[in-house]
Amino acid sequence: MFSEEKLNKVKEIIARYPAGKQKSALIPVLHLAQEEFGGWLSSETMDYVASLLQITPIEVYEVATFYSMYNLKPVGKYVFEVCQTGPCMLRGSDNIIDYIKKKLDIGVGETTTDGLFTLKTVECLGACGYAPMMQLGKHYREHLTPEKVDAIIEECRSKAN
Amino acid sequence: MGRKLLFDKAHIEGIRYYDVYRANGGYGSAEKALKSMSPEQVLDEVKKSGLRGRGGAGFPTGMKWSFIAKPEGVPRYLVCNADESEPGTFKDRYLMEFIPHLLIEGLLISSYTLGCNSCYIYIRGEYAWIPDILEEAIADAKKNGWLGKNIQGTGFDLEIYVQRGAGAYICGEETALIESLEGKRGNPRIKPPFPAVKGLWDCPTVVNNVETLATVVPILRIGGEEYAKYGTGKSTGTKLISACGNINKPGVYEIEMNISVEEFIYSDEYCGGIPNGKRLKACIPGGSSVPILPANLLLKTAKGEPRMMTYESLSDGGFATGTMLGSGGFIVLDEDQCIVKNTLTFARFYHHESCGQCSPCREGTGWMKRVLLNIENGKGKMSDIDLLWDIQRKIEGNTICPLGDAAAWPVAAAIRHFRDEFEWHVLHPEEATKRNYGLAHYADPLEIAAPAAV
Repeated sequence: MFSEEKLNKVKEIIARYPAGKQKSALIPVLHLAQEEFGGWLSSETMDYVASLLQITPIEVYEVATFYSMYNLKPVGKYVFEVCQTGPCMLRGSDNIIDYIKKKLDIGVGETTTDGLFTLKTVECLGACGYAPMMQLGKHYREHLTPEKVDAIIEECRSKAN
Repeated sequence: MGRKLLFDKAHIEGIRYYDVYRANGGYGSAEKALKSMSPEQVLDEVKKSGLRGRGGAGFPTGMKWSFIAKPEGVPRYLVCNADESEPGTFKDRYLMEFIPHLLIEGLLISSYTLGCNSCYIYIRGEYAWIPDILEEAIADAKKNGWLGKNIQGTGFDLEIYVQRGAGAYICGEETALIESLEGKRGNPRIKPPFPAVKGLWDCPTVVNNVETLATVVPILRIGGEEYAKYGTGKSTGTKLISACGNINKPGVYEIEMNISVEEFIYSDEYCGGIPNGKRLKACIPGGSSVPILPANLLLKTAKGEPRMMTYESLSDGGFATGTMLGSGGFIVLDEDQCIVKNTLTFARFYHHESCGQCSPCREGTGWMKRVLLNIENGKGKMSDIDLLWDIQRKIEGNTICPLGDAAAWPVAAAIRHFRDEFEWHVLHPEEATKRNYGLAHYADPLEIAAPAAV
């Protein structure tokens, strides 16, 4: 269940659309739900969102499964989403992905055993001039080098402790 | 130095904030439009400017606006397409992040012209920090009487809302964007009806790119006719180009559309040349979906004329020897880059981003990806090259939206111009897996550049 503050946020989002068009709030509300409930969307969470917006659960599932930013399985506390599309590849994203795999001893799509890190590859994040890059939470980490990756991992570990 | 219209004040410290923006002439164009011009007069200025949509398709903006239906008692909507997801393109991000009020002012003028009282900015979900910047700017504009009810006492009302997407390239296509804004999967709609007649919630809707809408501000400031004096031919005004890949100075540049491609790549004002003394091999000048060109055809057209950074010059020769300006996502490849691998990354991208609605795109993009992966991994056959050609021909033009074309063109152009490199991969499977293969014989830009330098 959302806190009262989040429920007010949901109401505020619904108010952006004309009466009866509250389904338009689905994508923003799923973002809220994912943030609030552990970084992923369980079927219980999706059913809850359906009840909030007065739409059927299938309408939520079909959206949640379409967009790549929604996680339908649990993920680590920190998700490294490394771009692997052309412009990033030209600037060495392959090496960065390999480096992270070795450093964290996981493959793409996997989570470290301590539940701290998940590695994902993603398609073009629109930061091609700042390649290679990745998304971490709400922000981008750009011009990545192995040293920068080391520093980011340390930063996450110290925050988690 | 090229003249600037969008970035002319970008260097001013704090231009992101209302007070600084206003103190430097901000909202002057909106004031002019709302207080002294009718919507028809504003539309006329936009038409005179010759502005073409800056999202990629390049359709004339004034004409698009004039198509909007005006049935009695039905609301009209303006949707700002900020779903910037084309590989190579990152220009709108810069505008929204550093000069958000320029966009808000553009939205205000455009909404007034179109008769819209609600406007939605649909921004790609990954740009998760930018909605906060935009919402702060919207709140400041509202506090100062530029949004809300009875704007500046003119009787005009406007609300602007920001909506984040959730990671889907296809939502940059205007009808898929509308579907997404309605809370559905981003499946493009069959046109007609066009959004201008039946768009968001079945109401008349105009969808324009961020840069297009921001450009309305300088058009109103200097007038449509003056704006049209910038650039050349049908490529009027200035254009934002986001440059990336193997260049010394990646970044977002505002160019007046009368400079050559060679100047853009090699001059210090723009890309600053290729790093490490490497030679130019190829370039994709308008975002990943436009055809890649080898260096010799990039710097000069097939007729031997210098290739210019304009809609007309880049497309000179059609797809046989030309390409497109597209969204201005300028991707440069140096001599060490492997065309097969580069093509594979784009095939993988389009396969990942296909919405799956049309079979040729859903099946064809995955098929192209798998064949390219085989060639890249040294497991390809000569017949695979013809197979790739055949698949892309069967996708192009056979889908509801242009994603199919966008997926087909990079593969077609790579085979057309670099077939020998694909063949080399097939014939040298072991070497192909060990190192990148750079073909240096396509052009020597140093030779081409020499006369200009002298």
